[in-house]
Amino acid sequence: MAEAGAPIIEAIGLTKTFKVAQKPPGFAASVRHFFKRTYKEIPAVTDVSFTIRPGEMVGFLGANGAGKTTTLKMLTGLLHPTAGRCVVDGREPFARTRDFLSAITLVMGNKQQLLWDLPARDTLRLNAAIYGISDADYKSRVDELSGMLELTDKLDQPVRKLSLGERMKAELLASLLHGPKVLFLDEPTLGLDVNAQVAVRAFLRRYNERTGATILMTSHYMADITALCSRVLVIHEGKLVHDGELAALLRRFGTRRELRVELSHAVDDAKLRTLGEVLSHEGNVARLAVEPAALVAVVGRALAELPVVDLTVHDPPIEEVVGRVIGKSQRALPNVVGAEQGA
Amino acid sequence: MNAALRKMGGLLSVYYAYMTAYRAELILWALANSLPFILMGAWYQAAAGGAFGFTPVDVTRYFLAVFVIRQLTVVWVIWEFDQDVQRGRLSQYLLQPVDPVWRYLAAHLSERVARLPFSALIIALFFLIFPPARFVPHASDVLLAITFATLAFALRFVMQYTLALFALWTERASSLESLMFILYLVLSGAIAPLEVFPPELRELVMWTPFPYFIWVPARLLIGGADVDLMRATVVCVSWIGSLLVVNRVVWRLGLKRHSSMGA
Repeated sequence: MAEAGAPIIEAIGLTKTFKVAQKPPGFAASVRHFFKRTYKEIPAVTDVSFTIRPGEMVGFLGANGAGKTTTLKMLTGLLHPTAGRCVVDGREPFARTRDFLSAITLVMGNKQQLLWDLPARDTLRLNAAIYGISDADYKSRVDELSGMLELTDKLDQPVRKLSLGERMKAELLASLLHGPKVLFLDEPTLGLDVNAQVAVRAFLRRYNERTGATILMTSHYMADITALCSRVLVIHEGKLVHDGELAALLRRFGTRRELRVELSHAVDDAKLRTLGEVLSHEGNVARLAVEPAALVAVVGRALAELPVVDLTVHDPPIEEVVGRVIGKSQRALPNVVGAEQGA
Repeated sequence: MNAALRKMGGLLSVYYAYMTAYRAELILWALANSLPFILMGAWYQAAAGGAFGFTPVDVTRYFLAVFVIRQLTVVWVIWEFDQDVQRGRLSQYLLQPVDPVWRYLAAHLSERVARLPFSALIIALFFLIFPPARFVPHASDVLLAITFATLAFALRFVMQYTLALFALWTERASSLESLMFILYLVLSGAIAPLEVFPPELRELVMWTPFPYFIWVPARLLIGGADVDLMRATVVCVSWIGSLLVVNRVVWRLGLKRHSSMGA
């Protein structure tokens, strides 16, 4: 258990290198590969260090293959670091002690623990038995969490009959039944529609407020991060390139909003350029990047000056923000992590 | 102890629900083990010709006993484990404070209970179609057969689960079971009673785990006076014990490998 005031998650020079078999294409290469394998060392995570205090909600951003999931797997004890070490809730994860496993949970948006052909309640009963939860605690926790997740009337339906959003909520319920102190969430809103995303975010915020649980989450949706996390870690090609306040990150790198307009007939690019940077313009649909301070005025001008059929405003895609951070970090990598930590 | 029992009780209850969700499959699984009935036909003809020391009714009862023992001892953990490694489910099991083996064991035991009525139905139908095969075993024979069927299941489960753990290196260990299945078929008494083996070969085979999978419990069920109970117990328990030790060593090494290559 972590001492009072001590970080609940601590990564110190965390490094993971995978040995991957290499096979060039072609018949001869296949034959050679059959008799003699050649391996290449792929660095997935390199010298990543950070600490997270109890109760913090931290976003973990990076492109596909940047090393987010590998880091989460090291922090949950599924992967053994090649170098460096990590401590979660005062314990070394890879020892996988009962106390450690009872203190954490890992929810992966693309994997499910629910038994597909049975009602979610059966998985909950299974987890209650596995974690040694008493009948009274089981009942009160299921009532509380299913209420928060608005899932009470869905628990007795077979999982396969639930919508994607309901399944994710049930996954969260199953993963949180044992009352973990540390939640590792890997793309928890992956593939969900907007309403389901909003519901999951609202639940996570309330759960954090009620229990004081620490949350480290990855997401491809900027809205997840902006709604929940005050601090973000950005990882690129296995290296931590930003650790700091989300607001500071957005001020520096991601202030622009994306304006999507659908027009009744085509207009010139030149006309669109007077409103903002044209990100794309295909047929009657255009995407513009607009500074937040100018957003209201630009929307007004667009409605007045363009033949608008539909207009929506979005957060910048997470890749764009990450891309800007990476662009910056590649120019001044040694300073970015330290500078932002102090921000 | 109470916590462990409660944990196992929870696993058994949920996995029983899981198994009964597939009613049609249960019948098919029970029928899929009907190989003894096919072989029964072939050996029945041979026995009628006086080719070896069994009467046709003896042959019928032996293969019926083989069917019963196979229903009680069928194990598929290697295919389940392969899938769990390949699809990443093992990683999810590893995040919970219970060794994954208890999940697999609970699934097998629950399936056994769920399968029982269908197996009984098949036997009843067989008696209806072929009345001469009807027999009522002595209570002591049934008790011995159940004891050795339990040992047979434990031995087969530990052996197959130990092979399954090689999936932590190769991600596909079920091909090892295909190789083992040939030995199982030939040496367990599944395709022929061990009485047809030359005495020297039979003596040798009795030191391997295979006859304890089927032949020993099946012979006991039909009143097998020629089973050396002491030796059967010692050999069977020794194999279970040795394989358990190997299993735990392979598990620890495999987990280390799995966690270094990508869980």
